[in-house]
Amino acid sequence: MQFGIFSVSDITTDPTTGQTPTEAERIKNIVTIAKHAEEVGLDVFALGEHHNEPFFSSSPTTTLAYIAAQTDKLLLSTATTLITTNDPVKIAEDFAMLQHLSGGRVDLMMGRGNTGPVYPWFGKDIRAGIPLAIENYALLHKLWREHVVDWQGKFRTPLQSFTSTPRPLDDVPPFVWHGSIRSPEIAEQAAFYGDGFFANHIFWPKEHTQRMVGLYRERFAHYGHGDPDQAIVGLGGQVFMRRNSQDAVNEFRPYFDNAPVYGHGPSLEEFTSQTPLTVGSPQQVIDRTLGFRDYVGDYQRQLFLLDHAGLPVKTVLEQLDLLGEEVIPVLRKEFDSMKPAHVPDAPTHASLLAARQEANA
Amino acid sequence: MKQRNLVVVSAGLSQPSSTRLLADRLAAATIEAGPGIEFTVTVIELRDLAHDIANHLLTGFPPAALKDALDAVAGADALIAVTPIFTASYSGLFKSFFDVLDKDVLDGKPVLIAATAGTARHSLALEHALRPMFAYLHAVVVPTSVFAASDDWGADSADGLLQSRITRAAGELAAEVERREPVTVADPFALTVDFKDLL
Repeated sequence: MQFGIFSVSDITTDPTTGQTPTEAERIKNIVTIAKHAEEVGLDVFALGEHHNEPFFSSSPTTTLAYIAAQTDKLLLSTATTLITTNDPVKIAEDFAMLQHLSGGRVDLMMGRGNTGPVYPWFGKDIRAGIPLAIENYALLHKLWREHVVDWQGKFRTPLQSFTSTPRPLDDVPPFVWHGSIRSPEIAEQAAFYGDGFFANHIFWPKEHTQRMVGLYRERFAHYGHGDPDQAIVGLGGQVFMRRNSQDAVNEFRPYFDNAPVYGHGPSLEEFTSQTPLTVGSPQQVIDRTLGFRDYVGDYQRQLFLLDHAGLPVKTVLEQLDLLGEEVIPVLRKEFDSMKPAHVPDAPTHASLLAARQEANA
Repeated sequence: MKQRNLVVVSAGLSQPSSTRLLADRLAAATIEAGPGIEFTVTVIELRDLAHDIANHLLTGFPPAALKDALDAVAGADALIAVTPIFTASYSGLFKSFFDVLDKDVLDGKPVLIAATAGTARHSLALEHALRPMFAYLHAVVVPTSVFAASDDWGADSADGLLQSRITRAAGELAAEVERREPVTVADPFALTVDFKDLL
């Protein structure tokens, strides 16, 4: 099982101090956070993509390549890469490049993006979000698997005799996850290709995640990629920890109450009961996270949201320490002991390369 | 006997509320008007859901009690919607409830609209505010809407015009239910097209 963190890259005022980090500070800090994720033993760092304030991450592969150069084992991913407004040709090129530079330590997560004004800035229409995601991904999938591509679609200029360069490392395309909160078409898309499905999980009650993952598993089997429990599932999670759980609640409350996404709405207590948000001791985080398996089955990747809502970088690094020292070792052991042998791990470059060599042998 | 679900949404704020009184009389009259139908009645008091509705607007998902209410409306064979008139229109709470309802669930659903206010001068708010809102949602709003002002609750009108409007509107609602099949609720997670057709 892979454990990691994902960042939405928000630049938010710390409600307890009134301080807002500059873009320069926040960008430096994200690199520090990613490097520390590796130091404390996490497997994955995933970065969001946004093209509007108050977010900084418009160019994830640049940031991820810089992090790759300063890490050894950390798997670099996205949360998410906008398959609607980006040109799939540029995604193919950027991530193949990142794959070479990082030595294969890259996968990516496709998402549609739900910020209405962004679509027209890139010449697109949010109402065509699903058709864009389907057509653009079909092209991306082809560009990484066929050397010379002739292609015509609705949303982009046709391609004749085009080769996307660099070719994927060892001719093994990066593994792809498809992220969605509530669109069955996206679960279906992940199942159709035998790709991974990542449920954001953190903003909605668990029943939604359960239905979406169930749908993906059923359709994964329908398309002949294996049994439903062999589908590749990732989940988001959101935690804030202190050794004493009441300290965690007291410290996190002002950040929760003023958070850009859910601030000034439900109480912290309501939101923790309605969604997977866990604010408390490391043991509470362990117990809650192990419970995710009860409604999605054995899964392959767990990402936590730690750096958001104006939390200072020092606090985020302390959260990573607690995660790495007290939470992940227990989760790793417990999840691994429960997982049956026929349930695969999340694909990596090494495993995909080995599978390809075996198929060609 | 046909089994059908009648859902009553009342946006009254006080206790007791004349909005709820009107809602109850409309529900009773609807049951009376459909002798071949056995109605299961669910009353949704929006006052109890006010915080949940605001939270849904902010977070994008309904807390459990609100989800039950939204599901009840989706599963209703007929809806009675009653609001107090505030500042010349439906109350903000009433509108917010329908704002967080999935936009397709009222499609083709029989709806009886009603309102209360302190003075009869507000009566056309039903026609210029509620009826267009439900028309937008593709509901089938029965021709008679029921408005009750303070005067209508007076002793001299207990058997008067208000009751005749209630009876008439309830009869129209029951007739719409009578000629329909029971409502079916679409599964929001169901994929309705073959993925290969999307490619």
